[in-house]
Amino acid sequence: MSQLTLSKALNTGLQQALTNDPKVIVMGQDVGGLGGVFRVTDGLQKDFGPQRVIDTPLAEASIVGTAIGLALRGYRPICEIQFDGFVYPAFNQIVSQLAKMRARSHGQLALPVVIRIPVGGGIGAVEHHSESNEVYFAHTAGLRVVCCSNPQDGHWMLRQAVASEDPVIFYEPKRRYWAKDEVTDTPAESTLPLDRARILRSGDDLTLLTYGGMVDTCQRAAAVAAEEDRREIEVVDLRTLSPLDMETIAASVGKTGRCVVAHEAPTFAGLGAEVGAEITEYSFYDLQAPVLRVGGFNIPYPPAKYEDQHLPDLDRVLDAVDRSFAW
Amino acid sequence: MEPVQLLDPDGRLTQDENWPLELTPELCRDLYRRMRLARRFDEQAYVLQRQGELGLWLQSLGQEAAQVGSISAVRPDDHVFPSYREHAAALCRGITPAELLVQWRGSRNSGWDPATYRFHIYTLVLAAQLPHATGYAMGVQRDGTDEIVLAYFGDGAASEGEANETFNWAATTEVPLLLFCQNNQWAISTPAHTQTRTSLHQRAQGFGLEAHLVDGNDILAVHAVTAAVAERVRSGGGPAMIEAQTYRMAGHSTSDDPDRYRDASELDSWKTRDPIHRLERLLEERGWMNDGFRADLEAECEVFANRTSQECKQLPLQDVSTLFNTVLAEPTPLLTEEHRRYAELVASFAE
Repeated sequence: MSQLTLSKALNTGLQQALTNDPKVIVMGQDVGGLGGVFRVTDGLQKDFGPQRVIDTPLAEASIVGTAIGLALRGYRPICEIQFDGFVYPAFNQIVSQLAKMRARSHGQLALPVVIRIPVGGGIGAVEHHSESNEVYFAHTAGLRVVCCSNPQDGHWMLRQAVASEDPVIFYEPKRRYWAKDEVTDTPAESTLPLDRARILRSGDDLTLLTYGGMVDTCQRAAAVAAEEDRREIEVVDLRTLSPLDMETIAASVGKTGRCVVAHEAPTFAGLGAEVGAEITEYSFYDLQAPVLRVGGFNIPYPPAKYEDQHLPDLDRVLDAVDRSFAW
Repeated sequence: MEPVQLLDPDGRLTQDENWPLELTPELCRDLYRRMRLARRFDEQAYVLQRQGELGLWLQSLGQEAAQVGSISAVRPDDHVFPSYREHAAALCRGITPAELLVQWRGSRNSGWDPATYRFHIYTLVLAAQLPHATGYAMGVQRDGTDEIVLAYFGDGAASEGEANETFNWAATTEVPLLLFCQNNQWAISTPAHTQTRTSLHQRAQGFGLEAHLVDGNDILAVHAVTAAVAERVRSGGGPAMIEAQTYRMAGHSTSDDPDRYRDASELDSWKTRDPIHRLERLLEERGWMNDGFRADLEAECEVFANRTSQECKQLPLQDVSTLFNTVLAEPTPLLTEEHRRYAELVASFAE
């Protein structure tokens, strides 16, 4: 067991994946000598060579497209897209090719490709470097979409994603890259399968669903609600955005009767909308209030000086909690 | 640059020392037979569409030499990434009429097992298959085998970003990839000169690829050039591109109406350069095609056409559960639930 940042925990996850399976390949812009702009691939090219840790041309469509070809040949590529806003040139390859190949071939062609995407804001970045575009991919049948929020999950979810026979869009919240926590060398008792949500804090009064960069904010909100208002909030880290772990979600809301969904992405047609609709169907008679959403505004991600106002903070999450109780 | 041509439209043969070809009666008869079968199949598929048996058909009419000449010049274990009009090439790999038609009948999205034929399923979003071919070739490179990868695309696809990314990526990674462009002059209604102001093989050269221009209706030239270039790619010479000038003699698809955008005179002019006709002239002139061969081939074509019709009409529909079960390796709870509810609803109408 060691104390690692999320960035380092992902790095050791990649290291293990490369060690365990000679067919695993890491590829992307600047992943070799530089070690990636967030250092997630630091040192891997030195250890595994340029044939397995590939500095590619700057061409996102081809990074994903050639990963598809490598997978068709029997390899297990892990692509890095440098920033969330740079994934759109690869959209055709992800949505029309990667996601659909298994169905188009009637199950004959599996594409075990992982696409790692640093996601979200909160780091004062310039435009196109702070986006939350998970719903585009969650809406696409044939992809698994996951988002880690802490080092231990990051490490083990990444290893599970590489082992998956399905294509996985793997989101890494940028503002949590340097958060440190314990990472176990072997799967811990608490290690969950890739398609399960995690209850981070138990509570009977309200379910707070979230993922990625918002998890920490929501945990702090739950602590404040407990201390100031004696409200016991159950915080659930969704982890898997497609498929959703409705079993865990419905069990929690069935218990609490109140639910707030918080994410960085705009609320309109966001993941909270889907989760809210599902909960309404699963838990209609258990609900004491409508499912409320807290998210980014329906605006293009703003310039860095405004992002503290755009990203849901402690106050906005607690405000949603208050509104739920006031219903 | 003039395209490489060994056999002119009148069937006159000129050998080219740069592109050696071991010309035998067997080779010529084999190539001729394959083109004839492909054309007969294509005609029959067109008829099937007009009869309502296929939703859509995209004819390979006129492009038989480019396809048969190229695929016959690589090894059977060289993996092929087609676009969607490579029916003649597919038939050469042994893909059956039923497997070729099922996609256009609307019963499946692809018809064959790519591993069996070393021939990937069709890709309908233009040029998207080119990075796949490049990645596959990166795998071949890492495996250290002497296979090469053959990827087909067209003049329209060459305008796509992924085509140009592929030229660049292939050149920088030095993968064993042979890019074969069938420039059939038309992307639906858009002529090649609207797509590009440089010729495609010159553009590929600009990216650092070895590239050649060939008369795509001259099957002997296509075969000779592809064979020589494939061997250079195989022996580590790096990726290459071949631009074959050919002509889409039919519309883009059975939904298209080429009379709206091109002159009949253009088609007439290309008809004089028909790929099958000129090889037939050579076979006749050399005395390599006797009445027996001719009669046998006519009969074989008719049997093949009948088989095509029959197999098409007998294509089964799969159970709808296949749609739910092939999205991911295992159906998710959501897929299982959607399937269950739908089955329940259908069952509720059974009485």
